[in-house]
Amino acid sequence: MPTITFIRPDGAQRELTIAEGTSLMQAATHHGLDGIVAECGGNAMCATCHVYVEDAWSERLPPLSEDEDALLDGAAAERLPTSRLSCQIIATAALDGLVVRLPDRQV
Amino acid sequence: MIEPSHISKSAAPPAVLPVDVHGTGAAIVDVDPFSIEFFEDPHRIHEALREAGPVVWLPRWGVHAVARYEEVRAVLHDPATFCSGRGVGLSDFAKEKPWRPQSLILEADPPAHGRTRAVLSRVLSPAVMKTLRERFQAAANQLVDELLVRREIDAVADLAEAFPLSVFPEAVGLREDGREHLLPYAGLAFNAFGPPNALRQRAFETAAPHVAWVMEQCQRENLKPGGFGAAIHAAADTGAITHDEAPLLVRSLLTAGLDTTVNSIGAAIYCLARFPDAWAALRADPTLARAAFEEAVRFESPVQTFFRTTTRPVEIGGVHLDEGSKVLMFLGAANRDPRRWSDPGRYDPTRSTVGHVGFGSGIHMCVGQLLGRLEGEVILSALAAKVGAIAITGPVVRRYNNTLRGLERLPVTLTAA
Repeated sequence: MPTITFIRPDGAQRELTIAEGTSLMQAATHHGLDGIVAECGGNAMCATCHVYVEDAWSERLPPLSEDEDALLDGAAAERLPTSRLSCQIIATAALDGLVVRLPDRQV
Repeated sequence: MIEPSHISKSAAPPAVLPVDVHGTGAAIVDVDPFSIEFFEDPHRIHEALREAGPVVWLPRWGVHAVARYEEVRAVLHDPATFCSGRGVGLSDFAKEKPWRPQSLILEADPPAHGRTRAVLSRVLSPAVMKTLRERFQAAANQLVDELLVRREIDAVADLAEAFPLSVFPEAVGLREDGREHLLPYAGLAFNAFGPPNALRQRAFETAAPHVAWVMEQCQRENLKPGGFGAAIHAAADTGAITHDEAPLLVRSLLTAGLDTTVNSIGAAIYCLARFPDAWAALRADPTLARAAFEEAVRFESPVQTFFRTTTRPVEIGGVHLDEGSKVLMFLGAANRDPRRWSDPGRYDPTRSTVGHVGFGSGIHMCVGQLLGRLEGEVILSALAAKVGAIAITGPVVRRYNNTLRGLERLPVTLTAA
């Protein structure tokens, strides 16, 4: 199972081992990770599971959908080129070692 | 009437025990979820429905139903099998003409649904919410200040209704006169999802003026620039929808955008007035406002039920459903299913509510959820900042509706912080 590292704005890190096929959002909320709110429960409607993907990884993720792109415009924290919604990132073996940073706020 | 259920729930035996099994394999539970008895205390009957089996048969209305979280979610997430196009009420549009032109979003299936849904999603997007926040906050603060001067209020009319009425019609771009039709129209639409009972009948008898006003407001010339209504019509200019479709999508907003929020805010205030620990927690940390609102939506489930219709024979929970079977989803029962939630009968603003189905889930999940949350958050924030105590001072009266759960009257005294 791939291991994903989440880094909080204060620098604290947490590694989660995530079953393939599970979204980063599902894993984060399941493990009670602060900083992922996920109000809509993974239906890609709210932009409260925003993460910044480390530069090296951005290219290796599936591209943004039009919906995700529009939602990210409404994210509470600053949108960066590396911004993604963690409900749209599904864990696969290829993502083992992925590092994501959490924004300072989700709402 | 202050509900005793949250106190005695775990000790009480289920209200009704299944006595028999329907031909499809579903346990038969002879309850009427559209009755006064049910509206007054749904929780024990919800429990009986959940415990009877994953799928039950309700002989009173001749429908199957799901009340456990897992099955409710499964039905919500399989729109190809459990469709909305034949109506999300008891009435099957394949057999019966809809009482009004069919909704282009709520009562639509993929792929047509995706097109109209995309328009409303953009009109009500997170980015749009950012532009409304400041205005909504100011309105919430002003209302709470006014209510603190009065002290003795009806938290339904003066707060849960007054706040959304002070921001929502304006955000849509509605004209001032006639707004009193909005809540009766929504009440009618939500009663109409239910069975042909007295509530539905009475709603139809008084419907005409409300329907006429709402349909009139959906026309482009009656919607102010800058509002949601104008934005929906602008989507027709770009070809995303047709000009004939735009008024019907505005109608969706007017049907589902106000009464639901009223009942959600009402639910939150009723919870905070009943449960002093929760109120104290919110007072101590007003950033809990949004979570307190969300938990109230889980706890009370202001939208209690919706139906789907099977598009093919299907097995779910060991029960064999024929094509064309109506399936009733008990969202409120799923939101208190002990298989999914720990201590589900407890209102706890600090709980993780991720995955609750109070706004539905899947492709039809409430498209206005962000607007509802914004309204809920700012009004609870204003209360937490300015009000020290909310005390219930008289009889709490429930409002009866075939789909919506809420109150008619909640007399309270507000004490300034």
